[in-house]
Amino acid sequence: MSLTDALDVRACEQAFLVLRRATVLDPVAGIDAVHDVVIRDGEIAALAAPGEAEAEGAEVVEAEGLHAFPAFFDPHVHLRTPGHEHKEDVETGTRAAAAGGYCGILAMANTQPPVSTAADISALREQARASASVPVGFLATVTRAMEGTDLTEMVELREAGAIGFSDDGLPIVDAGVMRRALQYQHLCGGNIALHEEDPALSRDGAMHEGPVSAALGIAGIPSVSESTMVARDAALAGYEQARIHVQHLSAAESVEAVRAAKAAGVQISAEASPHHLCLTDEAVRGLDPHRSKMNPPLREESDRQALIEGLRDGTVECIATDHAPHQPEEKDVPFEQAAMGVTGLETAFAALHTELVLPGVIDLALLVERLAGGAEPFDLERPSLAPGSEANVVLCDLGAEWTVGEDGYESRSANSWCAGQTLTGRVLMTVAAGQVAFRLRSFSLGVAS
Amino acid sequence: MKHLLSIEQLSREEIEAILDRAESFAEVGRRDIKKVPTLRGRTVVSLFYESSTRTSSSFDLAAKRLSADLVSVKAAGSSVDKGESLKDTIATLSAYDPAAIVIRHPYAGAAQMVAGWTEAAVVNAGDGKHEHPSQALLDVYTLRRRLGSLEGTKIWIVGDVLHSRVARSNLIAFERMGAEVTVCGPPTLIPRGIEALGCEVSYSLDGVGEADVVYALRMQKERMSESFVPSLREYAANFQINPRRLNPRQLLMHPGPVNRGVELSGEAIDSPQSLIAEQVAAGLVVRMAILYELLAGAEAAPSGEGSRPTPIGTPA
Repeated sequence: MSLTDALDVRACEQAFLVLRRATVLDPVAGIDAVHDVVIRDGEIAALAAPGEAEAEGAEVVEAEGLHAFPAFFDPHVHLRTPGHEHKEDVETGTRAAAAGGYCGILAMANTQPPVSTAADISALREQARASASVPVGFLATVTRAMEGTDLTEMVELREAGAIGFSDDGLPIVDAGVMRRALQYQHLCGGNIALHEEDPALSRDGAMHEGPVSAALGIAGIPSVSESTMVARDAALAGYEQARIHVQHLSAAESVEAVRAAKAAGVQISAEASPHHLCLTDEAVRGLDPHRSKMNPPLREESDRQALIEGLRDGTVECIATDHAPHQPEEKDVPFEQAAMGVTGLETAFAALHTELVLPGVIDLALLVERLAGGAEPFDLERPSLAPGSEANVVLCDLGAEWTVGEDGYESRSANSWCAGQTLTGRVLMTVAAGQVAFRLRSFSLGVAS
Repeated sequence: MKHLLSIEQLSREEIEAILDRAESFAEVGRRDIKKVPTLRGRTVVSLFYESSTRTSSSFDLAAKRLSADLVSVKAAGSSVDKGESLKDTIATLSAYDPAAIVIRHPYAGAAQMVAGWTEAAVVNAGDGKHEHPSQALLDVYTLRRRLGSLEGTKIWIVGDVLHSRVARSNLIAFERMGAEVTVCGPPTLIPRGIEALGCEVSYSLDGVGEADVVYALRMQKERMSESFVPSLREYAANFQINPRRLNPRQLLMHPGPVNRGVELSGEAIDSPQSLIAEQVAAGLVVRMAILYELLAGAEAAPSGEGSRPTPIGTPA
């Protein structure tokens, strides 16, 4: 399904834009050339020869030297509503997404109360139609109130518009409950996104278990607390011929478990977050919870390398931010007491471009492909720049340097894992579902001709 | 040195400077009037979020011996009980313009965060299971007095290393002073990756005969209910330090309080090899030296006095 058919967004005017002489890169569609990109009536109307597109009545953006990519899709965002609107809501969270170059996001259901009924889904969808800058879809919980014991009314939830299911924030500990959910998926459809953690192994851990946790005296979360659950759920999904999406992979062993499951024919997809791709547990040494406290935790360099290898070979098909806003009072406390999670929507592209593409670890095309890879696991059309596609475009200046947080954030929360860092590569403009969802204030646009 | 947050942050020279200073306070302690006017008119806040006998009483007495005004706050019965955040508590206490805040807190990094919120010098008196730098300094002081130097000394730290801030600080301090450290205990109580700190790891006491110093850690009873060990009886059978396992050449240390009959036998505690009483006595002078170094060290040092610290002042 196209993003506009499946997701909800505040309806605005459809843009009529010409991105003049943009460097267009869409590796999946096989496009890598300079074009005039014509956006009209919600579609990529044409990729014309540079300087050739008819611009009568259009807003013309002089995009020479700038890059146009398929806009990004994030299948893992915490919008915090209902219940924690002091951290984020649909309006601020989708504004942050638009500023990061996203044309669509999926919101997690671990709100207060959790999104567990058709009425919850309907209310959120209505909010999205009133206030979302980019199309947003909502997941419902797998189990009632995320208690891990009884399934939600998954058929009714799907009919109300739930894109899929997740108890994210908590694992589904009981293998029997997990199995029932997978069986029931054959009736209700919808992917099941899994936060993989065995609490008997992670216990009261607050960071990755290894030399750094040993030095800091902080209880560790061992890699096997994640990888054993990935392996269990992959086995269950294979047995039930069902489909799962593994969230925020952090450990090398987990990447290996997903790779093995894929090789065995299991329907499994996986995501990795920008912070796990850029940082290791060495970042915890400063004991600053604003940037380094999250679940799953930052792990070791060998884990980070395994995640990058997973991106390369397709074991990890998408990058998801796990955007998790928190307020200062939840982070201005000693590390072990601090809330888990960091924000990421506004910085994902720039951070990964700076940390992975510029040093030559991965190439730009792979980053662009993986940042838009989160749609397909949830049966949504991958954003594309092929003519005739829904208009989901991000325009970036790959040479622009900026300091994270210096102009504030679109998000209501400021717990960015790269706050204060100078990044290279900036989103200038985002078109989502044919509408201009974001433009950088300082980015001067051409006038309508 | 603005704060004392960890041993990790200290160089060998900085450790030795504090120990030298402590030696001169030991001399003051032998006078009839044990008080010096160094910190007269200045305020020291001691803020303890966890129970403590030795550390809190010796820091309090150290501040008083230096003539500071002392404000002692215990978490129980204070605004902490009413749900005030650490940050707000520090803001409140900082309004008294203290020269130093001595803090013990149940979580790692607390002292370091406090240092970012106040103008006062911050002394970490224990942060979670992370560090307990003043304990390590007094232990190094005690050993240096007995042995002259720690260079080449073999030290075994035995017991619940996983949950011990003393183990971490002492391991780093002993190594920085030139000792070779082995940590020993059941595998369930040795943190994975600890060898990255440069120590050896042993899961049995079989090799403890090589040690010049055996440093036993407190074994907390609740570790049993969390099934880190099957029983205190089995723990004691394998890891208790007693005369059978200790040879007369070896020195025995313990940070206290001791569980008699668990990590140490009564005979071992009371044996002449035991430095436990000396450790407690060292606590006072070392903590005086810490407060002195942070609050009066640099500006009070007179010129031309050589390396020996002298500005202890006249009796108050």
